[in-house]
Amino acid sequence: MADELTTLVTQEMLDSRDVWSEKVYSRPISLNDIIKWGIAVYWPDDPPRIYWDEEYAKTTKYGGIIAPQDFNPFAWPVPRPPARELPKDPGVGERGMNGGQTDRYGVPMRPGDVISTSSALVDWNERVGSLGLTIFTYTEVRWENQNGELVKSRTSVGIRY
Amino acid sequence: MADEPTTLVTQEMLDSRDVWSEKVYSRPVELNDIIKWAIAVYWPEEPPRIYWDEEYAKTTRYGGIIAPQDFNPFAWPVPRPPARELPKDAGVGERVMNGGQTDTFGVPMRPGDVISQSSALVDWNERVGRLGLTIFSYTENRWENQNGELVKSRISVGVRY
Amino acid sequence: MAENVYFEDVNVGDDIPSFTRQTDLMHWNRYAAVNDEFVYIHMDDEAGRAAANEPGAFGMGNLRWAYLLNMLREWVGDEVDVRELGVQFRAINQKNDVLTCVGTITEKIEENGDHLVRLDTNVINQDGVATCPGHAVVALPSRG
Repeated sequence: MADELTTLVTQEMLDSRDVWSEKVYSRPISLNDIIKWGIAVYWPDDPPRIYWDEEYAKTTKYGGIIAPQDFNPFAWPVPRPPARELPKDPGVGERGMNGGQTDRYGVPMRPGDVISTSSALVDWNERVGSLGLTIFTYTEVRWENQNGELVKSRTSVGIRY
Repeated sequence: MADEPTTLVTQEMLDSRDVWSEKVYSRPVELNDIIKWAIAVYWPEEPPRIYWDEEYAKTTRYGGIIAPQDFNPFAWPVPRPPARELPKDAGVGERVMNGGQTDTFGVPMRPGDVISQSSALVDWNERVGRLGLTIFSYTENRWENQNGELVKSRISVGVRY
Repeated sequence: MAENVYFEDVNVGDDIPSFTRQTDLMHWNRYAAVNDEFVYIHMDDEAGRAAANEPGAFGMGNLRWAYLLNMLREWVGDEVDVRELGVQFRAINQKNDVLTCVGTITEKIEENGDHLVRLDTNVINQDGVATCPGHAVVALPSRG
């Protein structure tokens, strides 16, 4: 076991910590995108009117239709990005799990919004657990609208072992 | 076999022949609807730029992005319409088949268009075939844009026996 | 009514109304269509089995995430102000599972003029398995 790794922290991680990626922008959000999303996540019931009925939505504090908070304005990119490949026969430190996620929400997304996204590796910690040497990495993704307002900040926990 | 029907033409058909239904309107067609449609029908290849690249589309005779001719602006209605039920234990004249369709195309659909549709039963003919007494009914469905221009006329052939 | 619940009306320990869906390909395909999330493990039983899920295709975690937000919206009303949601995905959403989102208020917090409640949340299947433990923070309107 002389060649067993003692850390899963890589130079790349050290170099990229707290370095925010260049912003990527969504296409403008369409009303129909929001309506379809509402239909899908409330299926088989009709979605709430706040997601499709402008007359009703005007009477709420939002003053108009908003998107569900889980709405993804980055779906359906074109040109298509290359597919991600997972390593086959992964070795120590190459096996991954989804460790969960936490969103913090700001202003709602609305039709016409152009959302930017940027992410950074913000933290990690390592320990020897039931799976052997394991590293928990924390990546933050920030979405802002065209006015620079925070829409959402997601912290995702990645697990490698 | 004394009660075998001699015609499948109903009074309802006689009454409704060439009577056009009240127009139903789509929500405005949005660019993202067109892009998603094109990605889906060209999968796994990238769709033609005419469906997503405004800069390119401007250089064509259309002067901008158009929708694929099979694009359906009536998809994803809300509130949701009731599901259609097919008759169980269908008897003579209640069994149905799709006999095909023919589209005649007019102007293309574009982002911002509001499409109307109206349909009418326009013709039928009956004959005794290998399925017994069979009626072929011809329904026309006309789509127009907000300028009253024909987008598409579809003749659908319904087969009942 | 856009808001059904006020800060003063809720107590630590209260369960909020649950949100339930029985999910199958009708739901997963629709979600795939809006989120562009077409992955064979969510579409095809063979692919699901190849990914070590014996029953076959299974639902996407993102749909459970959506259902949790739906629960919070139905509880408070259309003007719900969800500030935070966090989860871990612990068990798979199998075809025809009846998923019930649940939430229990664990804390009431007044800070910076906000009236916040913190909840423990989960998505429980028909066998009582807690598939998705998490938490939420919701700002409620105050009568004060």
